[in-house]
Amino acid sequence: MNLILVPLIPLFGALLPPLFARSGRDTTMLVTLAVTLTSLALLLVDAPAVYRGETVLAGTAWVPEIGLSFRFFADGLGLFFATMILAIGALIIIYARYYLSRQDSIGRFYAYLLLFQGAMVGIVLSDNIILMLIFWELTSLSSFLLIGFWSHAAAGRQGARMALVVTGGGGLLLTAGMLLLGHVGGSYELSVLLTKGDVIKASPLYPVILVLVLAGAFTKSAQFPFHFWLPHAMAAPTPVSAYLHSATMVKAGVFLLARLWPVLAGTDLWFAIVVPVGLVTMLVGAWIALFKDDLKAILAYSTVSHLGLMVMLLGLGTPYAAVACVFHILNHATFKAALFMSAGIVDHEAGTRDIRRLGGLAKLMPVTAVLAGIASASMAGLPPLNGFLSKEMMLEASASGSLAGLGWLIPVGATLAALVSVAYSVRLAIGTFAGHERHDYPHHPHDPGIGMWLPVALLVALVVAIGLLPALIAGPIIARTAQAVIGSAPLPYYSLSLWHGFTPALFMSIAAVIGGVLAFRAHGGLARLRSAWPRPEAKAMFETAVTVSVAAARWFTRQANVESLPRSIAIIAISVLVIGLWAFTHFPHGAGARPMLPVNFAAVVAWGALMAATGVVVMKHGNRLLTLIVTSVVGLIVSLAFIYFSAPDLALTQISVEVVSTILLLLALNLLPKTTPAEPQAGRKVRDGAIAVAAGLGVAALAFAILTRDFSTISDYYVAQSKPGGGGTNIVNVILVDFRGFDTFGEIIVLGIAALAIFALLDTSLRGPAARRLAAMRQGLESAEAHPLILVVTTRAMLPLVFTVGVFIFLRGHNLPGGGFIAGLVVAIAYIMQYMASGYSWSHQKARFDGHTLVGAGVVIAGLTGLGSFVFGRPFLTSSFGYFDIPLIGQIELATAMAFDTGVFLTVVGTVLLALAQISRIEARAERIPIPEGPSDIKLPPAAPEAGRPVPREG
Amino acid sequence: MEMLVASAIGLLTAVGVYLVLRRQTFPVVIGTVFLSYAVNLFLFATGRLTVNRPPIYAAGAAGYVDPLPQALVLTSIVISFGMTALVIVLALRSFLETGSDSVENSPASADEAEATQVTTDQARP
Repeated sequence: MNLILVPLIPLFGALLPPLFARSGRDTTMLVTLAVTLTSLALLLVDAPAVYRGETVLAGTAWVPEIGLSFRFFADGLGLFFATMILAIGALIIIYARYYLSRQDSIGRFYAYLLLFQGAMVGIVLSDNIILMLIFWELTSLSSFLLIGFWSHAAAGRQGARMALVVTGGGGLLLTAGMLLLGHVGGSYELSVLLTKGDVIKASPLYPVILVLVLAGAFTKSAQFPFHFWLPHAMAAPTPVSAYLHSATMVKAGVFLLARLWPVLAGTDLWFAIVVPVGLVTMLVGAWIALFKDDLKAILAYSTVSHLGLMVMLLGLGTPYAAVACVFHILNHATFKAALFMSAGIVDHEAGTRDIRRLGGLAKLMPVTAVLAGIASASMAGLPPLNGFLSKEMMLEASASGSLAGLGWLIPVGATLAALVSVAYSVRLAIGTFAGHERHDYPHHPHDPGIGMWLPVALLVALVVAIGLLPALIAGPIIARTAQAVIGSAPLPYYSLSLWHGFTPALFMSIAAVIGGVLAFRAHGGLARLRSAWPRPEAKAMFETAVTVSVAAARWFTRQANVESLPRSIAIIAISVLVIGLWAFTHFPHGAGARPMLPVNFAAVVAWGALMAATGVVVMKHGNRLLTLIVTSVVGLIVSLAFIYFSAPDLALTQISVEVVSTILLLLALNLLPKTTPAEPQAGRKVRDGAIAVAAGLGVAALAFAILTRDFSTISDYYVAQSKPGGGGTNIVNVILVDFRGFDTFGEIIVLGIAALAIFALLDTSLRGPAARRLAAMRQGLESAEAHPLILVVTTRAMLPLVFTVGVFIFLRGHNLPGGGFIAGLVVAIAYIMQYMASGYSWSHQKARFDGHTLVGAGVVIAGLTGLGSFVFGRPFLTSSFGYFDIPLIGQIELATAMAFDTGVFLTVVGTVLLALAQISRIEARAERIPIPEGPSDIKLPPAAPEAGRPVPREG
Repeated sequence: MEMLVASAIGLLTAVGVYLVLRRQTFPVVIGTVFLSYAVNLFLFATGRLTVNRPPIYAAGAAGYVDPLPQALVLTSIVISFGMTALVIVLALRSFLETGSDSVENSPASADEAEATQVTTDQARP
């Protein structure tokens, strides 16, 4: 099971470096190193099993319904990559400690680095391909953070954005490809998919899958024509370039191709796409590298070129080429990381990494010069170093490849790339270190401390050791890894040694070295030749593409969002109407055969009242108070309809909601303008009227079609189980608090959020322009009797009575119409009456609980009731009930659903109180109504004249 | 009877849509109230119309109305209230903030908002 921890330790370990950042840079480095080494040690525990030929599996199901599992597996390939990521990561951590300056936040840097490390290890060890995609995107994100680490530099920000757009966009395509792959393969587990190669290659979706997966791999591994992001990512600190952009992240694409090699490779289509892309990348990268002056740019384009080489080898589709690819992945990681770190040392010590300003550093920095020289020689493919061995194998593999019927194309292309590779490697080494010492370096260069060159030295030692003793050191690793790549096919014959006899590869290699040296000599001429040709400038093209898409998005936004609510709603309404019209003309829509209920007189009267009320609203909606009153009449008619059609609970709810919302709207209207100005354009009214009539006709026809058809209900279960299962006879209430309690729980949370939003909106209106407008609105003239005596006395007397009614409605709710919602509304109305009768300040002073507490308590009680069922080992919100005998009262039934309903009750009371009390509060601010001391603000003794004067106090 | 209910639902929808398309906040809020009525009645109607068969479990009852749409509509009514409350408060706040209750960004109200903004800036120390 420790395989799960391998990616998780760096991911969660990323929290540690920022915590230790204050303890000094050495401590932070050691902590980070400890995280990486722990992860590496845990990984290597599984190594013996893998090298016995087993596949280590670990993990657990996550969301099995969508094929998502948290499962990891380690075979030769995964183990190889994970070891490489963690081991080079450890070296980079040491190097970065000495590379970064004191101004850089080292804790943040290490946190990003560990995040990246965990994500990268996650990619190579994931068994589930969806899980792999998550890690894949995580590497894009963490790489964005690392490239832009120096966020003050514009180049860093631009480079980070470009990398994110290209690799993130590729990741989206890959997501589509992987989902299709899992769909066709019948499983999202790689360990299963790897055995389904035949099924997938035979599927008609294979070309789609292939193109999508390749798009993901090519963008990540900077293959032509997506290669342009990698050189711009060099704005990152050098440890990042050495780690992400040479050894690990850019190899994720290569890893993916290797991982899916048994599933996708070997077809003509695979060959026709992957080989040319790899070959072109290899040549283009090498060619540009030859003419760059920045050391890191040379290395970046060289990396592009070598990635092309690996991709081409995998594209060839032969087992031998796969072995060569695996070997080159290992070798490239060693010499390229070493070279990047050397370039960083030169930059750090000499103050520049422009090759034109360097040269002659060999005497000043002998250690660096030797290390970088050996690594460059390996990059050039010179014996007896590891770069030579894998280059030979590459040439050998390409010698047999044939593209577009041309047998010479691949070998010549490969030789040419190797030739240019020699040229830029020689230029890099000689241009930096050879020649005369100069006197105009920005800093005075000398060899750095051991902390900086030791990681380089360890890698260079590997370069030499693998070169001299390949079979001993790398043999088993290559065999096991390559076997994992090619799947069940037998491993081809190959020999890891410096001398293979006079093979074609040897002659190609000799030609490359001689040609490379000549090309280096002719560098000036070639550079003139190159500058004579027009060159596409990738960065400018990318920026143009970004600018154009941003402008297009802006244009669309401007067209779609005209900052006019009526226009937006009209667009929505017309769209819905068009869709509805399409359905109307394409499907049957006549009346059904269900027998209709007879019409009675009362219904016709109610219908007529509704007609009249809506007519008044439409004609007279300029008068807002009238509109509001008529609207509440409509609400009453709706509740009558609920009563008539056997829905007592709905009728009770509707009528109490009607009271509350009418009061609320009245309070708001008090501060809003009292009339709506008539609209000047008659055309607009006609247009809106047409939309409205069409919508109304559509909905009416739909409702009629539904009402006249029979249906089958899923409610029989609820009806049957209401009493025996839920313990209540009011089926609607039992559904609310029991069968579908989770919905209700969500709903009261929404109510609570609405209440808090209302509070936030109004609480802040007591400051700024809103407060000034409120103050200006203050009405000087007030009714002499702001708090009418009869109303005040009645509401106060009614309060306990209404509470009793509320409790009654609440308690009967489980068995008869009622329940938490209705009881909550009734009790809230009683409270609101106090606010209306006695004013905000008085009521607020007397209130024991505020709305926040009630809402919070309600949600918590309902939630705890739900969680309570976990104690008894039942799912969330399982209810139970029992009958208890209480002396005097008799047998009563108690259900846990009642506790849940209490939560509902409290939330409703709290929401209503919060909303209305807040509106009254700002009204009190506007009106300065006096706070009554007794039951009324009219003093009964002769001191009456004082009463009407506003008292400047506020709540 | 079905005809009456269906036409009532259609009527409420039409009024709701018409009011929601107005240019001031208050009619828009009233429009959402009407749309809530229409939607709630419509959802309720999917359980078909039944008279005198309340969803109260009783031994020997002849039958019940479908309780599920009722439960859904009950929560819907309460949520509609929450929405109405939030929208009217939003309208109120926007009126207090800008002095205009228009829901269109007409040039006039934009100027006014800008003027308010300027005063705010000046008011800051």
